[in-house]
This record gives sequence, structure tokens and C-alpha cells, in this order.
Amino acid sequence: MSCGMNNTQTLPQMTPAVAMIRTLGLIAALCGVIIVAAYQGTYDAVQENKRIAVERAVFKVVPAAKSIVEYFALADGKLEKVGAGETAQSGAIKFYAGYDKDGRLVGIAAEGAAKGYADTVRILFAWEPATQQVPGFGVVSSRETPGIGDKIVLDKNFLANFPLEARLRADGQALAHEIQTVKHGSKANPWEIDAIAGATITSRAVGKAINDAAQILLPRIRPHLDTLKEKP
Amino acid sequence: MSIVMSATTTDRWDEFMEGVWRQNPLFVMVLGLCPALAVTVSAINALSMGLATAFVLTCSALLVSLLRRMIPKEVRIATYIVIIATFVTVVDYLIQAISLALYDALGAFIQLIVVNCMILGRAEAHASKNPPGIAVINALGMSAGFAIGLFALGAVREILGAGTLFGISLFGSGFQPWVVMVLPPGGFFVLGMWLLVFAAWGRWRQRRQARQAEATRHA
Amino acid sequence: MHESAAQVFINAFLANNFVLAMFLGLCPFIGVSGKLETAAPMGAATTFVMLVASLCAYGLNLLLAYFNLEFLRLIAYIVIIASAVQLVEMVLKKYSPGLFRALGIYLPLITTNCAVLGVALFQTAREYDFVQSVTFAVGAGAGFTLAIILMASVRERLQLSDVPSVAQGAALSFMLAGILSLAFMGFAGLGG
Repeated sequence: MSCGMNNTQTLPQMTPAVAMIRTLGLIAALCGVIIVAAYQGTYDAVQENKRIAVERAVFKVVPAAKSIVEYFALADGKLEKVGAGETAQSGAIKFYAGYDKDGRLVGIAAEGAAKGYADTVRILFAWEPATQQVPGFGVVSSRETPGIGDKIVLDKNFLANFPLEARLRADGQALAHEIQTVKHGSKANPWEIDAIAGATITSRAVGKAINDAAQILLPRIRPHLDTLKEKP
Repeated sequence: MSIVMSATTTDRWDEFMEGVWRQNPLFVMVLGLCPALAVTVSAINALSMGLATAFVLTCSALLVSLLRRMIPKEVRIATYIVIIATFVTVVDYLIQAISLALYDALGAFIQLIVVNCMILGRAEAHASKNPPGIAVINALGMSAGFAIGLFALGAVREILGAGTLFGISLFGSGFQPWVVMVLPPGGFFVLGMWLLVFAAWGRWRQRRQARQAEATRHA
Repeated sequence: MHESAAQVFINAFLANNFVLAMFLGLCPFIGVSGKLETAAPMGAATTFVMLVASLCAYGLNLLLAYFNLEFLRLIAYIVIIASAVQLVEMVLKKYSPGLFRALGIYLPLITTNCAVLGVALFQTAREYDFVQSVTFAVGAGAGFTLAIILMASVRERLQLSDVPSVAQGAALSFMLAGILSLAFMGFAGLGG
């Protein structure tokens, strides 16, 4: 309609309201049936695709993992296993616990997001409870400039920032050292990220995404690490 | 359907080619611009969007044409929109079931097919006035024209902007990609360029026809 | 990640301008940008409709989420936007004939403008809360208005220029839009 169709014609004869409502109802019902059929028909395949996509992403950042259990870390500090197709309540953070073939916890993966150069950069980062380090991350979605912003997953020097220290404070309420992205060539501590020269904003987004997510999620997970240790 | 049966193959071919060429939705009528520019950063995305739009356009044309005598004139636009939105929802789920990577690449623009004025325009101007057979042929032609247009944009942008076509490197490692082509400005530039090519071609054809007409008159 | 209202606004207004970076609302952008005096009211009307659509979509989404009917979202959005615009049109006609004369002819055109549905879809996809949704709609509308006014100003000046006749019309408009879009890329990274 935005291309100039006129929908305000004067018509020679009016259709009676009852007929109009009947037809519209019929068409709406028909459309409803088509939509529900499509939704039901594709539901299994879509869920399966989502599961495969999650597994692939998590296995990439936690390479030792052979199976995954999804959890919500609730705002009140409790953990809850995620059932298929379930959506998060407000304040809950989803994370993935990766287990090796013997059912031992090898790493935790969670999503983080921060504003990059063009738009929000979403990443999936891993965290190893044993060493309290972030061994690596993968990009979930990004609209950063090709050839510049995508250096965060290609640039060898940037990837050398990992493993990155993400140690919790003794009281477990926050990280001991905030993860920070510093200017190229000035990284002095294991919790700092050396930015890529020429892609500073994207590098900073990675640091901020990991820090923001870790600061909230890790304190919630810590009391449960013992129960998480073995695959349920 | 009887009209289709009695129509000759040439008529049907003409009906089909109408959308592909003379009334190409993208390059001649300049419709459906949002998806044309937003998703054409690569040839594969462009082609997928073309197919998704084709599905919606053809299905909605068929349904509108089947129901054309039933739909009250006063609420026809609303009805068309509901029908189109239905098929867009269907295609949305189909793409999710086929490939999530593709779904993420196309993003909200799959759902925005619903406001592609080309589809509503076809429903209003053609499908509501013609029997199902002809409506579907016309819709297929338009779809093909749109998909070809998207592909032309996507291929040029991918070749120049990334040095690849369908992800296959074309120029080797020495090529410095012209990154702006896969960024928003590149979409506008490439579309402008194609419009220029089509306008020049249309003008050349007109002039040739005029010359031919002149020649026959003299003879 | 929680974006502040200011970030959402800057993002929709400049950094990811709806028209020049997201390619939404191109039909009116090319179609109505010939003259400045029509471009400005078009921008205002679109902003207004975006705000209405955003509010409707926000409420509707809560309702759909409550009943677990997410698969009806698209159809519900498009219907409610169309009805809301119709309603606005009728209310304006009755109570504010002046405003109606200024904006009225644009309202039906805007109903199914992809930028309007885009606002509704993007605010849902990004899980914006109420304040964010409203600022997003206003920012997107302001961005659209800015783009269409810039475009109209440039095209008015170009009317007197000696452009090859084959390039006149749509082709030239897109080239111009490309240059504007290039300029707007300078805003990327703003409000981060």
C-alpha cells in the first residue's frame, strides 16, 4: 500500500455486514488453520535445528565437552534445568554446562552482548570452573564491518588474549578483577584484553560482553558448582 | 481453469515473461526495495530471499484468486494482508526448519516480506481479477523476475565486496575486497547502477524499434 | 545487556538509521522525497504512526506471550497496526481537521510501510522494555524524517542540474541515497 494503492474507493453497491463478517471469519479461520499446521509441522525440525546450533556453538568454545545440559540461573540464586522450548523468566540467565564422556563438568558457556561499532555484538564465551578462566569465545551475531570487526575471531594476537582470567572474589559476589579491554600493546595483567589496533570498539565490546555477563552469572553459579560437577 | 486450458502456450509464456522482463518488479517497477537492499550482501542470501518471496507471492495469488468472488470489496485490502501474513508466517517457520543459519542471516526481513508492496500489488491488480491458473503463472513470472533482480544485486555485491560468489573465492588472495559494497551504501550504489543499466537498455530498445518502424515504412 | 533510552534513540536515529542503514521505508523515501514541503509532513506522520504502532505492538506482545501464541505475532501486528492507523485517521478527521489535512493523505500510505512494521518487529526481537520501545519508535521516526528531509533538499537542488537524462529518476535517487548512507556510516560507534 505504501506504493500508492487507493483503498478508499466509492463502490456502487455495498456488501451486507453479515455477509462481510461471515466471509472474513471464514478467511481468518482458514488462515489460522494454515498457520497452526505450519507451526506444528515444523516444530520438531525447528527445535532439532536449535539444539544442533546450540551444541555446535557450545562444543566450539568448550571443545572437551561431549554433552550439554541447559540451565537457568534465576535471580534469587537458584538453578533450574531448562526443558525443551521453555522461555526464560525475567532476570533468569541461561547457561550451558558442558560435560565430558564420563559426565564430569569441563566448562560452562554463556551468552554475552555489548554494543559494538555497527550494532550489538553477541558472543558465547566459555568459563572453566577448575582454573577460573575464560578459555575462548565465539560470535553469535554481529553486524561489524567485514574485514575489520571480524578480526576478533581471526586475529592471532587477539586470540592470544585467551585464556583470560575471570577469578571470583573471595566472597564470591563479583570478579576479583574486572575484565577490561586495554589499548593495543598495553596488556599487563591476565584479566586484560589487548585490543586490535584499528578495531578497538569491537574489541572493547568483546571485553564488556564477557565482563557484564560474568559479573552477574558467575556469582550465581558458584554456590552450585558442587552439584553441577557431575552430569545429572 | 478452463481459460488456462484453452490458452495457447505462447500466451502463458507471455504472461510469465511479463514479470521476468517487461515489468520486472525490481528494475522496472522499483518495488520491494527493503529486502532487495537489506539481504543482498551475498548471492545465497539473495536467492533464498527470492525463493521465500516467490513462495508467499504464488500461494497468496492462488488463494486470493480462488476466493476472488467471495471477498467483499470493502475489506479486500485487509483480507489480502491477512492472507499474505499467513503465508509469510508459514515461510518463516519453513526457513527455521530448513536452516537456522539462513534464518539468522535474513533476520526480521523474512517477516517484512508481508509489507513487500509487490505482493499486495499483485493480489490487488492481478490475482483478484483473474482465474487461479493465470494468477499463478503471473505470480511465478513476477517471482522469477524479483529473484533474478535480487540475485543480480547479491552477486555483484558479493563479488566486489568479498571477492567470492556463493562463498567460493574468485580472485585468489591478492584481491583486496571492496568492503563498502557489502555495507549499506553499496546496496544503494549497486541498485542505482542496475537501474541505470535497465534504463539505458530500455531506451536503446525503443530507439531500435523506432528505427525498424521507420525502415518498414520506407520499404 | 541493558541499553539506556539515550543509546536506543541515538542508535535508531543516527548510527543505524532506519532508512540509510536498515533499508526500511524506502518506498516513501524514494517516492515522496521530491519536494521538501511534502517530505517534512510525511516524516512527521510516519513518526506518529511508528509511535502508535510501537505502543500497540508492545501491549499485544505481552498478551500473545501470556497466551503462548507467539506464532500469531506477525498477523496480529499487521492487523493491529492497520486498524490503529485507521482509528487515528478517523479521530484526527473528527477532532483536528487541520492536522488531518496536513497528515491525512499520508496515513493510508504509511499503514503497511515496512519501517512501521519494522519498529514493531525489531523492538520485539531485541526484547525492549516499555521505555526503550517508545524511544526506539521516536528515534526511528526522527531518523526517517531526517533522511527524507535531507534527500528532498538534495533532490530539489538537483532539479536545476544538468544530469544525463537516462540517469534521472530512480537511478539518481539511489546513487544519492548511497552517498547519504556513506555519510551516515560516520555515526557508527556513536552512543556505545
